[in-house]
Amino acid sequence: MSIYINEPRFLDAGESCLVVEFADEIDRAANDAVMNLRHWMENQRRVPIVECLPTYRSLAIYFDPLKAGRAKIEEEAHLALRENLAVSSAPQRTISIPVCYGGEYGPDIANVAAHAGISEEEVIRRHSARVCHCYMIGFVPGFAYLGGMDESIATPRLANPRTVIPGGSVGIAGKQTGIYPIDSPGGWQLIGRTPLKLFTPEKNPPTLIDAGYDVRFVPIGPDEYKAIEDGVARGTYEPVITEADQL
Amino acid sequence: MRFKVIKPGLLTTVQDLGRWGYQSSGVPVAGAMDLSALRIGNAIVGNCEGAAALEVTVIGPELAVEGEGVVAFSGAELGFSVNGRHVGSWTALCVKDGDVLSFSAPVKGCRGYLCALGGIDVPVVMGSRSTYTRAKIGGYEGRALKAGDVVEVGACGFFSKRIDGFRPSDDILPDYSKSPELFILPGLQEDAFTEEGLMTLFNSEYEVSSESDRMGCRFDGPKVRHKEAGADIVSDAIPLGAVQIPGHGLPIAMLADRQTTGGYTKVGVLTPASIQALAQMMPKARVRFARATMEQAIEELAAAKAAAWRARQLRASWISRPSLSLAPRAAVKNAAAEFRITVDGKSYDVKCEEI
Repeated sequence: MSIYINEPRFLDAGESCLVVEFADEIDRAANDAVMNLRHWMENQRRVPIVECLPTYRSLAIYFDPLKAGRAKIEEEAHLALRENLAVSSAPQRTISIPVCYGGEYGPDIANVAAHAGISEEEVIRRHSARVCHCYMIGFVPGFAYLGGMDESIATPRLANPRTVIPGGSVGIAGKQTGIYPIDSPGGWQLIGRTPLKLFTPEKNPPTLIDAGYDVRFVPIGPDEYKAIEDGVARGTYEPVITEADQL
Repeated sequence: MRFKVIKPGLLTTVQDLGRWGYQSSGVPVAGAMDLSALRIGNAIVGNCEGAAALEVTVIGPELAVEGEGVVAFSGAELGFSVNGRHVGSWTALCVKDGDVLSFSAPVKGCRGYLCALGGIDVPVVMGSRSTYTRAKIGGYEGRALKAGDVVEVGACGFFSKRIDGFRPSDDILPDYSKSPELFILPGLQEDAFTEEGLMTLFNSEYEVSSESDRMGCRFDGPKVRHKEAGADIVSDAIPLGAVQIPGHGLPIAMLADRQTTGGYTKVGVLTPASIQALAQMMPKARVRFARATMEQAIEELAAAKAAAWRARQLRASWISRPSLSLAPRAAVKNAAAEFRITVDGKSYDVKCEEI
């Protein structure tokens, strides 16, 4: 396993995709380099690209080789890396995700508490104390891969996965935490639920959390959950997203 | 025009060139499995290349036409018929109220596109009409067609009935009968496999598994060995046609409904023509893998676009063909042509001779 932010690998992924890889392991600095390169490629106007897909450690750049060849894409990426690597050019945003922990929304919070040997209140405190980082979106539409959870509340997945987990459920699987964006089967330990909609196909962008965001979980009670849920349904609720000052 | 679904067929979904631009939100591209067949089908009826069509899988639907318009079925030979009369693939037809479109049985290939002038008109979701059934996104209510559905075709305004019967020449149409080699452009995690493993992959025969669908095509055959680091990687992007090999050692080609990212080693990516060939293969088909070059892959992409462009030109020539044509020269030569013509009550004997 290694990190090579200053010497990224350029990997052919077929004739219409170039992968720029900064590490072969999960690393925050490599992920920041991915976000910066994405920001550059999406905002430059020299070479036409189809889209960029950021992942933990690499950026996949999709393009039409009949419009702009691989060499042009690679040249632009090199330019971005020369100009751009030292500073963080991609915006640093933090989103607050209100979560109603325990009860009907978090049926497995007792499992997590028992596994960690702490109270349910302490699980909530530890889960919401640290800011997590969204390394990438994948798996299913709108699913955010979050890193940075307090490892003291890490809990193995359920032995018997549920067939349906409601969208908005917040769970723990091993050292990872995440939010189910849409109803789907799964084996994560469910500790709470957010009234926010993480994936709305009619919106642009359709996802609430974008790759590169920091994510803060904010504990709320059942009444506030209902109030926010109503606001989301009526379209009056605005998610709380703060942008850090640029250097 | 609209289609009323009498029988839905095995798996009939609305597809276009795919939902590009939203993979960073985890939204799979979906789209037609055989992009080239869709492009040519759209060219035959006179649509832009990205118009939505009904992707038909192996056993086609039965549809009643309401209104009038132009249709063509492109891709596999699945026995496309109108009012019980066999029409076949790649042929434009004018259809009218009450006509019934149906499919008798698969003959060659397994997927095709029922293209209609004006395109299948379902709401555009994230820039595309493609159906991604797993998350119920796009297409007709996010799902495959069911009996009783009514599928609208976009308004096409005036159209020339002279299009009826148009079929592009065979030279631009794909041949699904040959069992081709599937070409892989190596790359990505190719170095995660042992020399011996790669030898196995490129020197063995594999069989298309019945556990294949729009998401991926699995292959049965000899296992490809990984190096000690194993088959799992930190998740990264899965491009169209990526050949991933998980710990079980058997390759899986990732197709239209692939998830955007994944954590298995990928040995490379199939070339455009290989992806199309694979989209037309039935389970049990036997294939071999071979290494491709970048030049070959780009050439295939260009050739697919050129074929659609050529179909468009041929369509224009067909519509503007002369209404009256002289008998071919060879036919006139030996014909003893004698006529009696009456003009103003007087008769004339006329004899035509070639001089």
